[in-house]
Amino acid sequence: MIIRNLPAIIPLLFLAAALLIPLINLLKKNSAFSIAVFVSLLASVVSGYGLYYVDTNETIRYSFGGWQPPIGIEYVYDRLAAFVALVINVISLIVITHSLKAVKEELSDREMPYYAITMLLLCGLNGIVLTGDIFNLYVFVEISSLAGYALIAVGEERSPFAAFRYLLIGTIGASLYLLGVGFLFIMTGTLNMINLAQILPSINETPTVIVAVTLMVSGIGIKTAIFPMHGWLPDSYTYAPSTTSALIAPIGTKVGAYVLFRLLFFIFGIDYFSRILPVGDLIAFFASAGIIFGSIMAIAQKELKRMLAYSSVAQIGYIALGIGLANPLGFIGAVLHVLNHAFMKACLFLIAANLRINEGHSDISKFDIKLGKKYPWTFAAFTIAALSMIGLPPMAGFFSKWYLVLATIDSKAWFYLGVILLSSLLNAVYFFRILERIYMKKYSSDEIKEEVVFAGNPNKYEGGLSLLIPVVLLAAGIIVLGLFNASIVSLINRMIS
Amino acid sequence: MFSELFLEYYDYWFIIILMIVGMYGMIMKKNLVKKIIGLTIFQMGIILFYVASAVKWKATVPIYTPSVPNTEIANYINPLPHTLMLTAIVVGVATLGVAFALLIMIYNRYKTLHEPELLERMK
Repeated sequence: MIIRNLPAIIPLLFLAAALLIPLINLLKKNSAFSIAVFVSLLASVVSGYGLYYVDTNETIRYSFGGWQPPIGIEYVYDRLAAFVALVINVISLIVITHSLKAVKEELSDREMPYYAITMLLLCGLNGIVLTGDIFNLYVFVEISSLAGYALIAVGEERSPFAAFRYLLIGTIGASLYLLGVGFLFIMTGTLNMINLAQILPSINETPTVIVAVTLMVSGIGIKTAIFPMHGWLPDSYTYAPSTTSALIAPIGTKVGAYVLFRLLFFIFGIDYFSRILPVGDLIAFFASAGIIFGSIMAIAQKELKRMLAYSSVAQIGYIALGIGLANPLGFIGAVLHVLNHAFMKACLFLIAANLRINEGHSDISKFDIKLGKKYPWTFAAFTIAALSMIGLPPMAGFFSKWYLVLATIDSKAWFYLGVILLSSLLNAVYFFRILERIYMKKYSSDEIKEEVVFAGNPNKYEGGLSLLIPVVLLAAGIIVLGLFNASIVSLINRMIS
Repeated sequence: MFSELFLEYYDYWFIIILMIVGMYGMIMKKNLVKKIIGLTIFQMGIILFYVASAVKWKATVPIYTPSVPNTEIANYINPLPHTLMLTAIVVGVATLGVAFALLIMIYNRYKTLHEPELLERMK
């Protein structure tokens, strides 16, 4: 029965693709792109069916090599894992479909290794989501991180140094997580998540477990780029190739957030991290500092990709705030924001990529009404994504913020309510700054002549359909997710019941 | 009580010192290769931590032999921490490989691995 093997199939698909791409490329040149698209399409279909199956039936538990848990390594495909896996695979499918031109432009002769390592990254990310074993999770974190360092380092001139810094910080994060796993293993003798959740309540006030929680949360916090540990993020996202930024920004850090969901809500339990230890309060505090800091830094940036990178720091803050509030509404807001932010950020980073390919820059100070007229569909998509980031209904971004606001009211955390409202205002400042330039900024008289020439030569497809369609698709996705948010929320509700 | 804390757990104290040395190297050293050496020392500290946690005196390898009764679990060493660390060592080697590859890229572009000079040349 193939459905029972589903949890193993998804990471193995990508792993096989990572190995097959170099081999097939020997026989048939330039086949890397089509294999990558095919495999991510297959993975999206499989994980879509998997989500439908686990939602209507029961959780799939797959034990590797027939070793029964808790001795063997187990993969658990429950609603949360299926949901996040579907988000990862759909976003990566769209971004990889878009990547053909971007990769040709930026990495002319290194196409094949680029796609092979991309597959490895996706194998790692899917593995993190599906595994039910805390040590196996460490291994997948390292697989995805190492692939990520490589994908970042092939970008602009300064990218190797950005990647090197990310490597140092990221390895410290993973090592701290590993140390925490060691403490938990010494105390409980098991690495299986479900088994840990059963054993922990009896010993969860011992110093060893408290140290373990601290180490694991701070280690994963570095990978997720929660506020004071975000230092590696802006440089890495700015100097990476466009496709890498569009791939890692929407899903890379979200997977870190998923690990926090898994650890705090499912292994340690809400009671433990919100009432017995102040972990939740600390996360919420740092998250709100990150929201304000990221938004203010985003306002100060002159370059679109760098602005989006800082806005990512702020948006991860929302997810972390939802975790830190430690109530069911906060959980809904955080998981919904994982989905919504993945769509919004992928859309915005792809637009930055399109501008770099077509115009050669993504410098905000050079944006004006001419650019807006030259790329009407691209900037329509940009407007939708920007309004969604600000949180205007019926865009998807409104609903995740709405649930976060409800969560702050529910736990009477008025300070955090103020932070969310203030940050929406700051988001509006840095996105309207661009919208104002594109739709309203008048140009000087000598530029008008250029406009006349331009009017007779309309750019029909804005640099090609292969660049435009993924962007429009993501923008449409933002509206659709907003309109159908009720059914998504009821799915998220079933995750914790 | 304090002498007990030091004498009975001296191996853990050693590991803590090792990790601090590694962390110091990563943060304070200006040369990128020395930073990587610090990173490796830090990772080694964690590997030793796992191995130290699995120490058991007067126990034998976890292979069943008729001379040692298998009903007595205390007679066997727990093999799992060692196995986990084999994986962690492999991960560490892979990290080291990627790190050195990045250093080669940096050196080819800027002809230096000294951090302040590197930052100067990147402007």
